[in-house]
Amino acid sequence: MSTITENISLKEQFLDLYRSSSKEIAVNSAPLMNTHRDKAIIKLEKLGFPSRGGEEYRYADIESVFKQDMEKSFGNQKININIREIFHCDVPDIDTNLFLLVNGMFYNNGQMLKELPGGIIAGSLSQAAKDYPGLVEKHYDRYAGSSKDGLVALNTAFAQDGIFIYAPRGVKMEKPVQIVNIMISEAGLMAQHRNLFVAEEDAELNIVVCDHSLSAHRFLTNSVNEVFAGERAQINLTRIQNEHNGSSQITHSFNHQETGSNLATNIISLHGGFIRNNVYVKLNGEHAENHSMGLYLSDKGQYIDNFVFIDHASPNCFSNQLYKGVMDDYASGAFTGRILVRRDAQKTNAYQSNNNILLTDDARMHSRPQLEIYADDVKCSHGSTMGQIDENALFYLRSRGIDHREARLLLMFAYTHEVIQNIKVKALRERIDDLVNKRLRGELSRCNNCAMQCG
Amino acid sequence: MLVIKDLRVSIEGEEILKGINLEVNAGEVHAIMGPNGSGKSTLAAILAGRDIYEINSGTVLYKGEDLLDKSPEERAKDGLFLGFQYPIEIPGVSMVNFMKTAINEMRKHRGEEPLSASEFLKKMREKKDLVEISSSLTNRSVNEGFSGGEKKKNEIFQMAMLEPQLAILDETDSGLDIDALRIVARGVNNLKSPHNATIVITHYQRLLEYIVPDFVHVLFNGRIVKSGGKELALLLEEKGYEWVRSEEVNL
Ligand SMILES: Nc1ncnc2c1ncn2[C@@H]1O[C@H](COP(=O)(O)OP(=O)(O)O)[C@@H](O)[C@H]1O
Ligand SMILES: [Mg+2]
Repeated sequence: MSTITENISLKEQFLDLYRSSSKEIAVNSAPLMNTHRDKAIIKLEKLGFPSRGGEEYRYADIESVFKQDMEKSFGNQKININIREIFHCDVPDIDTNLFLLVNGMFYNNGQMLKELPGGIIAGSLSQAAKDYPGLVEKHYDRYAGSSKDGLVALNTAFAQDGIFIYAPRGVKMEKPVQIVNIMISEAGLMAQHRNLFVAEEDAELNIVVCDHSLSAHRFLTNSVNEVFAGERAQINLTRIQNEHNGSSQITHSFNHQETGSNLATNIISLHGGFIRNNVYVKLNGEHAENHSMGLYLSDKGQYIDNFVFIDHASPNCFSNQLYKGVMDDYASGAFTGRILVRRDAQKTNAYQSNNNILLTDDARMHSRPQLEIYADDVKCSHGSTMGQIDENALFYLRSRGIDHREARLLLMFAYTHEVIQNIKVKALRERIDDLVNKRLRGELSRCNNCAMQCG
Repeated sequence: MLVIKDLRVSIEGEEILKGINLEVNAGEVHAIMGPNGSGKSTLAAILAGRDIYEINSGTVLYKGEDLLDKSPEERAKDGLFLGFQYPIEIPGVSMVNFMKTAINEMRKHRGEEPLSASEFLKKMREKKDLVEISSSLTNRSVNEGFSGGEKKKNEIFQMAMLEPQLAILDETDSGLDIDALRIVARGVNNLKSPHNATIVITHYQRLLEYIVPDFVHVLFNGRIVKSGGKELALLLEEKGYEWVRSEEVNL
């Protein structure tokens, strides 16, 4: 534990923290994860924290997020609240296998790893690293390890646990896995978890991650996901971010795709004070298909920042980015969509679109497409819009007797649905439609209820 | 039902309606004709509550109340309907959801319970048959990917669903073939009653063979320069708008 003092740099503080806590970190994690820490710390020392105005974090003020007074705890947590009691898993319309992360650690109810139908393994990452070291080692830090982002190295150095999901060759997940990621404490707290999702050849994974804060303290999460889609594997990943507006969240997702695989991510950002989502996709085999999508509904002083990097490293691949948002009040944010088409990646199809509705004059959004194309036989398009609600459509609806407010909601809902309709699991799609509808109506509570479960 | 007195309207400082006077009573059908740019759509939009115009002077009474003070949705709930010359495409809003919301908002306004799902679907079916619009259209987003003719039919479908007291149809006939024209006319005539009225804005007298007007007005350069019975439409067809233009010089 340490309290942050002003004068030394953030980097120094975390290097110090590592020196003083590395034993405790290691004891409460797994040897395989521990072997990566020292290297990561050296990397952090070299890279430092991202600074504002830099190429990747131009608008995100990472420093002030980390400068908040927050505890870091690496030992066994004592949580006095019965989380299962707060969470009522009684909504029948979405039937999932539920796993909990509390302050970055797997929430242990006796069983650290579960075997699901077909031999799917799911549960604690650190436990999996002990029980299946070969399996985990094959992927752990393989995709995040080459990142030039100091925050990823920071996570590798400190992360102790997270969720591991593994689908063996040809196995299709029946029920989606739901990961509820909870922050709860009696003081401000920082946590860094690490997830690893692996789908072997022809396997299928459906995963939904819900981020929540259950107490009114300042939280900061710096999490890393590594995702591996083997040949012809299908992965559908949905993330619902619904923390309170005093919390900050930085997510890094490294999605590695082999030949013929299909991976779709949908990040739905409903609440949260500061959100930065980094999505890296590497299309490492031909005919791989990627859909990276996001929807953000921001108001008051929320900051939302999505960064997507699609690396077309093989020919004949397809990628589509669709990010849409509604910015209200004095909310601000950024979207950066980078497409890299390597020289050999002929016959690439890469699309990108970022649409924003700015409801007030004070709302701000920066949209930056970045295309680097080195192949010549490529179809690539990008577009970005900043707009208001379509007044002609609004008048049309009102002229049929629909109230101004209701007409606006209908239009916004239609606008957001373009993203939601891509969520493949029907029950989840309907649930999210409902959540977004409530969010637009201002009826979604942003803290103590799990929106997924009790809505 | 509708009394317009000396209505003057401008947009971006330019006067478009230059003193309109018009009275429409329950049970009547009025036709407004006039060349392009004369202000027909502007008049229709003003009546429906579009707020991009400046109203410089004049009054409009609808069922005895000041109309210009009311929001578009209040007017619609009071039974006023505008069939748009250029219906708007609204991707993502389904026709079904749109109509259900509209009908139930109106019912709420009248203190009635919302229609049940089956009542609503029954009504949809009935009106779809009336205007011969196919389910493949009503299952889509509002006007999305509809052809010009389909959009016009969809206006009539909405009118049939909402059963207005005063319908204003802005060039619903343009671009329609004879069959579609008959359907539009059927929609209008079906609504006809001693309590309702219709204003048909049209370019051609063709539609007026199917919807027989009680009065015809010629709108020219922001003014109603001529009013008469249905024979005025024929005269216009025969002599063209040039005839009005030369007449106007004499006004
Ligand atoms: N939104 C607008 N902005 C500027 N001028 C307009 C606008 N709408 C209509 N006008 C002008 O007003 C005049 C009348 O247009 P309109 O009412 O559409 O005529 P009509 O329906 O009889 O063809 C035209 O000169 C047109 O250019
Ligand atoms: Mg017109």
